[in-house]
Parts: sequence; structure tokens; C-alpha cells
Amino acid sequence: MAEEGLMTKTDGDEFVVFDGVQKSYDGTTLVVKDLNLSVPKGEFLTMLGPSGSGKTTCLMMLAGFETATSGEIRLQGRNINTVPPHKRGIGMVFQNYALFPHMSVAENLAFPLEVRKIGKSEREQKVRRALEMVQMGDFGGRRPAQLSGGQQQRIALARALVFEPELVLMDEPLGALDKQLREQMQFEITRIAHDLGITVVYVTHDQTEALTMSDRVAVFNDGRIQQLATPSDLYEHPANSFVAQFIGENNRLMGTVTRIQGDACIVRLDSGDEIDAKPVNVIRVGDRTQISIRPERVETNKDRLRDGAHTLQAEVLEFIYMGDIFRTRLRVAGHDDFIIKTRNAPDQIRHQPGSMIDIGWLPDDCRALDAPQGT
Amino acid sequence: MSLPVYATPLQRIWHVAFRVLCGLIFFFLVAPILIIIPLSFNAQDFFTFTPEMLRLDPAGFSLKHYDDFFNNPDWRLPLLNSLAIAPVAMLISVGLGTLAAIGLSQSHVPFKGAIMAILISPMIVPLVISAAGMYFFYSRIGLQGTYWGVVLAHAALGTPFVIITVTATLVGFDQSLTRAAASLGAGPLRTFFKVQMPLILPGVVAGGLFAFITSFDEVVVVIFLGAPGDKTLPWQMFTGLREQISPTILAAATVLVTVSALLLITLEILRRRSERLRGLSPN
Repeated sequence: MAEEGLMTKTDGDEFVVFDGVQKSYDGTTLVVKDLNLSVPKGEFLTMLGPSGSGKTTCLMMLAGFETATSGEIRLQGRNINTVPPHKRGIGMVFQNYALFPHMSVAENLAFPLEVRKIGKSEREQKVRRALEMVQMGDFGGRRPAQLSGGQQQRIALARALVFEPELVLMDEPLGALDKQLREQMQFEITRIAHDLGITVVYVTHDQTEALTMSDRVAVFNDGRIQQLATPSDLYEHPANSFVAQFIGENNRLMGTVTRIQGDACIVRLDSGDEIDAKPVNVIRVGDRTQISIRPERVETNKDRLRDGAHTLQAEVLEFIYMGDIFRTRLRVAGHDDFIIKTRNAPDQIRHQPGSMIDIGWLPDDCRALDAPQGT
Repeated sequence: MSLPVYATPLQRIWHVAFRVLCGLIFFFLVAPILIIIPLSFNAQDFFTFTPEMLRLDPAGFSLKHYDDFFNNPDWRLPLLNSLAIAPVAMLISVGLGTLAAIGLSQSHVPFKGAIMAILISPMIVPLVISAAGMYFFYSRIGLQGTYWGVVLAHAALGTPFVIITVTATLVGFDQSLTRAAASLGAGPLRTFFKVQMPLILPGVVAGGLFAFITSFDEVVVVIFLGAPGDKTLPWQMFTGLREQISPTILAAATVLVTVSALLLITLEILRRRSERLRGLSPN
């Protein structure tokens, strides 16, 4: 189902491999269904999905806190199914930070080094370097309870990196932070990951986080990977209606395929209008389809459309001024939740509610996807 | 806790009456214990305040009952026996109770409720019944009338306190800390001693103190199971009351009250310290 994703990056070095992994907690329902995934060394891979989609379970199996019901997980070619968590040498950052509250920051960082019997002077040096890396050099003597959430997260990150693991897992590490801090930490985590050349498997339900941080994103739903692709592929070429709906804002129109011709098709909308679209996973004429168009790819200026392009009549319902962009809600082909986004430029038209306009798009931006069940 | 300005007269009366009532209840609970303390300094062999004491005449006070308590073999031997039994019983209770509480806090353990009920039953079953049962059981296996018999019986009585206090601290224990320790490379033993134990220590210490006190002032079981040579302090106080009515018992009681109070204060200090460490309250 992941047309581009699975093919692109399997260039030999398979650092982390999930091979036919399944997981069931109760013996009847599968939380993870036949997972196949390989992560090359040095990649920042994000597992993205709604809660209950199986992404956290996958991370926990990789960390060793859950065991796979069937299938094999390999790390550097070695099956680690039967290796206990403390012998896997994988760094981990937890959602609630999981700093040891009875130890100072420096003691927290020294803990994995003591376990590895590293001498005192080398230990202190590594702890200091790790603290400086997350810009917390002066905080070694503090207790975790004396730090803010963002500071605690930096320490948790430093602790997961101080023993120089090659693979680091992160389980929604920024979930508890406020928006501004989250954006700053997103940037910092990716910077550190690339500087150190470590492989990161990152779990989140926040799609912005996934898009801005990752080399590749695996979108999970219902225990399966729906699409595995780079952020731009994911956003611009969603492989199915779930991914289109889950990543970014998306306009949906329901219809039936009336003609397929190579890379283009004609879709008759339920309102009777006909539009051009790019067939993604519709196969036959007569298939029900969900049309997906990004709000910023809708064109209101006829001059910029291709000759003979289909346009649709739309009624302006609401105009929302958002500063950098305008957000206009339209009624299109019987749907009154059609959104267009336009840049706040000096010559941009501010559509008045009640007015009628023509909208169109490039056929490539209008993707005919599978119709979700029950529609 | 002051009254709002809009309080009605009835509310004002109740406000005062409530305080008086609370004071009375408090007095009722504490007076019998506190009255013992001045009485134990009586220069006479009476259980009442002499006129000299009431006049605060120094001649009315003396430490002779304390001298008797610490130097008379009738009292010193039971004190030593108690000190030989209580700490050992406490250590056994703490070891078993802590392990049981940690085991019962794991999510995969079946029949948790039933196991818990059985383990804390010594706290609920009337002591005389436990004692009688232990008497017959321990007689069969040759423990009745031995030092270890009393120690084991007291350990059984003290264990529920440890289980309950440790379970209570484990509720606030973040299980992701043990996962974090594992991800950092620590094996189960190191994780237990370096991460889990320090954090549940207040519960372990609290349970230990309760177990110690349970053993230290237990009288029923020891009468059933103890050999005459293993007479403990509460046993001696019990017989002392019945047979000799000596005010030395007041000195003994004062010592016990003081020790108990010190233990409880230690406990409270430890509890506050752990809350501060866990960031539950500001410094």
C-alpha cells in the first residue's frame, strides 16, 4: 500500500528490522498486525498515528518492555527477541521524563555510566559534555523536582545519550510541553540527532512534529503501517484516504470514477459535477472515491488554471482573518466544510460571505483515493 | 479557618462549639497517657498525686521508679528480652512485607485481592484467636516456648503493617522509572536497590516502625507462646499490675510512650523528606 515509501530507502544497511511482527495482549485481537519495517543507520524515523494505532506497542517491543507475539525484531542483523531490555543498549526518552527523583541531575546522568563501570574522571567528563550538549551545563547539582518541564526533558534527553547508544527511542517526549517550547525542542532534538549520527525511532501523535523532525514517517492506523514515506511525499502524495485525512488539513469530496486514462481520471461528484483528478488507489470505472485536495492548493484565479480545466461553483460561507493567511469556508458540491487558504498578500481578494466564486485546481493536486467504509 | 463575615449567629455558635467538642475528644484520648508521666516521678509508692507533688515541692518527686525499672532484674530482664525479640521480628516483617507488596503491585499477578486478604488477616483476626491457633500449631512443630517461636509470631503480626505502608508508597511509584533504569543498562537487582528501594524507603521504614511497636507492646501472643525465661516488657507490666502494683510500671510506661513518640516523629520527618524529594511539596 505504500507505493513510494517501502522502495526508496532499503539501500542495504538494515540497522533496525521488524520482520513480520505481530502483537496481541489478550491472545485474540492483534494490536500490531504483520509489521515489516527496516530503518537504516542514522535515520530519524517517526511512528505517527492516533492513540491505539499500535505505534507505542512497536516502540515498546523494540525497547524490550513488550515481547512480540510472533515475528522477529533485529538490531544490526541480530535477533533481539530474547534479549532483556537492560542488555539491548538502546537509549530511551520517556513521555513523563522518568528522571530518578532521589538523584541529582548529574547522578541521573552518571547512572548508565556507573552501570557500565566507567571510571570516575571519565564519567564526570562525559556527564559534563552531555549536559553542555543540551545547554544545561550549570544544572548538574539540581534535583529533577527543581527543574521546569522543558529542562527536565533536556536532562532526560542527555541521560538517554550520555552512554553513547547508537539507537535512541523517544516516546512522545514533547507531549507535556507548551507549544513554543515544543517547537524549540523539535529543532534541538533533530540537530543533536544529526550531529551525533544516531538512529532515532520517535513516536508521536502530533503530525507537525512528525513532518518537521523526520527523515521518514511511518503512519500507523489499526495496527498497520498505512504509509511509510518522507514528510513531503506523505503530505503531497498521501497513499490512501486515512493518510490524507490524518496528515494536515484536507478537503474531502465524495464521488464515483467515470473514466480512467493513464495518469488522469474523471470523477462525477455526488452533486453531479465532473472534475479532473489523479487516480491513486482507485482501479475501475464505477469505483466510489474520496477526492482529497489540500486547502492551499485550491485556485480561485481562473487565469492560473490550465485551459479546459474543470471548475466548480462555490458559495463563500465564512471568511476568517488569521494574520499570515486567510481561511475561507465554502460550500462546494453540497459540502459546506470546504476550506481554502490564501496568503495574506496586498493583492489578495478577501471573499465576502454570500458571494459566488469559481474554484479549480491542478489535476495533480486533486487525488482520487479509496472511499472509507460506510460512505 | 476564620468565619466568613456573612455567618449567621447559629453558625457562630456552632463554630465555637465545634472547637470545644474537638478539644474534649482530644483530651479524652491523650489525658490517660499524659497523666502517667508526672505520676512516674512520684517519691511515694502510690498511684495518686501526693500533697507534696501538688505543691510542686521537690521532695515529692524522685527518679526511684526509673532506678527500679532499669536496675531491678524483674524489669531489666523483660526489657532486654523485648529488645532481643522486637528488632528481629521487625527485620523479618520488613523483608517479607516489602517483597510481598512489590510482588502484589505487579500487574500480571493473579488473585491479588485474595492473596492480600490472607496476608493482612493477622491484623483483622482477634489476637486471642491468632494466639491460640499459633499455640497449637507451634506446639506441634516444637516452636512453642522458644525465642524463635515468639519472633516468628510477632513477625507474622507485623508483616501486614509493612505490606500496607509499602503498598501505599508503591501507588505513587512511577513504574516508568524501572523501565528507564533498564533502558540505561541496569539489571533487575541494581534497579531494585538503586531506584525502587530509595523511593519506597519511607513506606518501608514506616512499616518497620509499626512492626517494631507491634512486637514491642504485644502481650497476648507472648503469654501463649513465650517461655517463662522469655518474659517481655508488656508481659511483665501485665503481671506487675495484677500481682505487685508497683509504680515502676509508670516509669516503664513513660519510657515506652517516649520511645513511641520519638519513633513517630522520626517517621513524620522521613515522610516530609521523601515528599520533598519526589517534588510533591515545595522546598
